Amino acid sequence: MNKYGKITMDGLVTNNATFKLVLGTCATLGLSSSAMNGLGMGISVTIVLLLSNVVISLLRKVIPNTVRIPAFIVIIATMVTLLRMVLYKFMPDLYDSMGVFLPLIVVNCMILGRAEAFASKQPVLDSAVDGVATGLGFTVALTIMGIIREFFGSGSFFGMKLWDFTIGFFTNSAGAFFVYGICIALFILITDQVEKMLRARRAKALRIPDGLSPLPATEEGTEKEEA
Amino acid sequence: MFETILMIVIAAVFSQNFILVKFLGICPFLGVSKKTNSALMMGIAVTAVMLLATLVTYPLYTFVMVPLGIEYLEIIFFIFIIAALVQMLEKFIQKFSPSLYQSMGIYLPLITTNCAILGVAELVLKAEVATVVPGVTAGIAMNLGYALIYALCAGLGFTLAMVLMGGVRERIENLPAAKCMKGFPITMVVASFMAMAFYVFTLI
Repeated sequence: MNKYGKITMDGLVTNNATFKLVLGTCATLGLSSSAMNGLGMGISVTIVLLLSNVVISLLRKVIPNTVRIPAFIVIIATMVTLLRMVLYKFMPDLYDSMGVFLPLIVVNCMILGRAEAFASKQPVLDSAVDGVATGLGFTVALTIMGIIREFFGSGSFFGMKLWDFTIGFFTNSAGAFFVYGICIALFILITDQVEKMLRARRAKALRIPDGLSPLPATEEGTEKEEA
Repeated sequence: MFETILMIVIAAVFSQNFILVKFLGICPFLGVSKKTNSALMMGIAVTAVMLLATLVTYPLYTFVMVPLGIEYLEIIFFIFIIAALVQMLEKFIQKFSPSLYQSMGIYLPLITTNCAILGVAELVLKAEVATVVPGVTAGIAMNLGYALIYALCAGLGFTLAMVLMGGVRERIENLPAAKCMKGFPITMVVASFMAMAFYVFTLI
């Protein structure tokens, strides 16, 4: 697997910001009430993440180390301000449904985390790939939670009405916490199983008894599983 | 007047609780709620910064940024003000109460990236109280007094949720949960039950 594939897998599955690292939780809980909201928020965050990663990576040799955090925050805040103007002008519906969570993208720990851990050290192209991959991991997670909550809470799928049966629990805040908790648990369960399977396969290929494998788990699963 | 204040207090502390209903400030709620004591400390620190931040950002927005027509810079301005306030508060506490600084030290820098504070600063910018606090009669204009009461009560609601969660987590830490439910998932499910309890207040 080449370098970019590895970065992509890292952002999408092995270090999934929402289910694995549990970052950016406020937006995840607040905007997963419907699949459309989740998708909109995910794409907005992905755009901010891509732009901020690219800019920070370009400026990584210019920004002095001591003031890097304020510098990162200003760059991210600028990107969010631009995004807010664009959404206000062209997508007023999404702008309204995101409400206070749109300016709060600035303090989303995921974006600052990627800036600090990746973009401030790596070349531009790598940072761009990382930004898109992490953002997509977040988007997929939010959309899945949105689909679950919308399906049970209002009996529809991306706004299409399926039936009149609804469970109010899933649309209010208690449902958000519950679905998020269960999704994280399922994600951990599935990744653990996949990892175990991969290790067993590798051990078999090397004719080493299972459980005594000297190889560390490299977690290079190509499976497209998401909780 | 009195009725409005009462509505704001009830809404900000219970029915529109920042953590359990509005989902703001979840990071410290999950990260710093392992012990009741540290949860209480974090809550107090957040309440103080919330109040100070609103005291600075609300007049700045209404009396400086709106007349100059630079409302679109609010995010950049606010985040800087919050970061500066947190730094000042840190220095202040270090100077006047070293023992408090010792016990609170690590939580203070974390407050800058707490969504609840920027959330309050952004929420109170609405023109009417009714858009921020559902239930208040329409037509009452937001002013600095209401904004500050809202910020203070939002902070108290935050502290309440943190302390409750701290108490529960001290007990669930040693329970024999399934491996995949350990840590965050079980905390989320517990938070879900707490949110259900707080949901009752929205029916008032």
